[in-house]
Amino acid sequence: MADSIVNIVALRKRFGTNEVLKGIDLDVKRGEVIAIIGKSGSGKSTLLRCVNGLEVFQEGSLEVDGQPLKHGDPRAMRALRQHVGMIFQSFNLFPHLSVGRNVMLAPTLVKKHNGPEAEQQARKLLERVGLADKFDAWPDQLSGGQQQRVAIARALAMQPSVMLCDEITSALDPELVGEVLRVVEGLAEEGMTLMMVTHEMNFARKVSDRVVFMHAGRIHEVGPPEQLFGAPQTAELKQFLSALH
Amino acid sequence: MIDFSLWDIFRNLLLAARWTVGLSLVAFAGGGLVALALLLARLAKLRGAERGVSLYVQLFQGTPLLMQLFLAYFGLALFGINVPAWLAAGLALTFYTSAFLAEIWRGCVNSIAKGQWEAADSLALSFSETMRHVIGPQALRIAVAPTVGFLVQVIKGTALASVIGFIELTKAGTMITNATFRPFTVYACVALMYFALCWPISAWSRQLERKLRRG
Amino acid sequence: MVALDFGAVVAEWPLLLRGAAFTLGLTAVAAVLGVGLGVACGWARAWGPPWLRHLVGVYVELIRNTPFIVQLFFVFFGLPSLGVRLTPELASVIAMVINLGAYAAEISRAGIEGTPRGQIEAARSLAFTERQVFLRVVLPPALARVWPAMVSQIVIVMLGSAVCGQIATQELSYYANLIQSRNFRAFESFIVATALYLLLSVVLRQGLNWIGPRWIFGRVPQAGR
Repeated sequence: MADSIVNIVALRKRFGTNEVLKGIDLDVKRGEVIAIIGKSGSGKSTLLRCVNGLEVFQEGSLEVDGQPLKHGDPRAMRALRQHVGMIFQSFNLFPHLSVGRNVMLAPTLVKKHNGPEAEQQARKLLERVGLADKFDAWPDQLSGGQQQRVAIARALAMQPSVMLCDEITSALDPELVGEVLRVVEGLAEEGMTLMMVTHEMNFARKVSDRVVFMHAGRIHEVGPPEQLFGAPQTAELKQFLSALH
Repeated sequence: MIDFSLWDIFRNLLLAARWTVGLSLVAFAGGGLVALALLLARLAKLRGAERGVSLYVQLFQGTPLLMQLFLAYFGLALFGINVPAWLAAGLALTFYTSAFLAEIWRGCVNSIAKGQWEAADSLALSFSETMRHVIGPQALRIAVAPTVGFLVQVIKGTALASVIGFIELTKAGTMITNATFRPFTVYACVALMYFALCWPISAWSRQLERKLRRG
Repeated sequence: MVALDFGAVVAEWPLLLRGAAFTLGLTAVAAVLGVGLGVACGWARAWGPPWLRHLVGVYVELIRNTPFIVQLFFVFFGLPSLGVRLTPELASVIAMVINLGAYAAEISRAGIEGTPRGQIEAARSLAFTERQVFLRVVLPPALARVWPAMVSQIVIVMLGSAVCGQIATQELSYYANLIQSRNFRAFESFIVATALYLLLSVVLRQGLNWIGPRWIFGRVPQAGR
């Protein structure tokens, strides 16, 4: 029986006086693929960023792998982030390091892998995302899709149990989206727990176990993709889906 | 009245210029170290660092360097220590430099995209690892041009040390003027020597900036 | 512990006030003339004929790579050799104007060169003379663009004017020196003077930021509104 890997209970978050998350309850099982959809401003990215502590919440609880988030404790946060990987919309590759070094940096420093070991792992991961020949290339020499795949390899190098994907194809030219989604699909098939904020509805439909629809800081509907896309219950979801066509 | 040739004037000024260079380098190096400490304190979000450093910078940027030199000179004298001019000048210029460099470098670090910090955090890097491997190298590249440019300000600043009696290029100029009664020639030479020191550095800084912008 | 006596210094507040007022006055005159000179030079560097561009370039580089105190001494002590007699005040203003002019030249040049091409083309299409194009269409937004840098430079010149006390110009640092020579409270005098300079720099900055949009370049809408 799959156990809970991310457990969110009654989470509330404010930016100043503006409450952007109004009581979120979500339980993610190990190996599950969750797609989070909704309009801009619904709080999807904020929720995702709470899971690895890039955003701080005021009320409620968030546990990853049974461990509650301790915002004030840098060491606890670093321990958490070794288990939770994140891919960003703007890739955020380190421009002054080659592709290979980008992937190797964190394992070398944080997990204390030695040089050759980290390099071997990096080469394997780059091969897995289809960029085996780009080990010595520089980020600015790569296309957006290639950079994003390097970012995925970089996050995978830490061997996380959960991967957070924050609109990872939104900044890509349309023809480059497919190559990135293929890699993510591969991760899903291998049993990685994924939480993705995405606008790619077809992809969400195909790959996710459950879809979460957020609106104005609340989860309006949750369920398997056929249910949410095929038989939307709430007016907001119906409106959201119709606006896409 | 002793008759000085142009070469005599030049030679004496040149000897004094050594002290200008020396003081500049000391202030620049010392100021750089202090600035680095202040910057790191600010970035590490140590308690009171943001406020304290901000105030420190505003103090040095909002008051005349001349006053800072006087305060160093007379302030230390209060404690009964007979402070030599070079020490007061060195201290004052070091702290003056540290405030400006801290501000310049802060601007450089701020120009680095927030996403770089977030990516490093997400990879579980500690603050010192993030500074050393991710932010530092990028900030360094951006900071070289303006830092080199500020060296020119420091060299010009040493001229004020003459007012508290430190014998560098400007003071030597004053002394030689008093001896030769040829202020036009002497001060023109002094100006040209400062120009010879500063202009190459300014040009170099501009070149560095162009290289940075090109990629 | 050391005994500090600020009372002796604060008692001389009329002198300090006179000095501060003179500093502000010097700065005001130097600012108007210096920015004027700077704008003219900025125009020359951006749009002038090559020989003028080079000439101004030499002037700018010379001033920016030499200390203000040396420029001041050159004007006050050096020029009399050529038969020019200057009072300390006049020498101070001249030196400050020449100094500010060089920096203002670079600052205004940056502003002028940042003018969108379309603005100039539109003005020319409306049959403006070149002079009108520059003064009415190019200059105000250019100044608005670079105003923070210009204000900073004026403040720097104001702080630099402290050196003018060395040639007996009766500004703030001169009086601070005078006071300490009378009551031997050097540290206290200079602390008070420094605090006054700090106050002056805040006031000057606020004042110039207020004056800019109202009297100099008009309100230019922010991008995106």
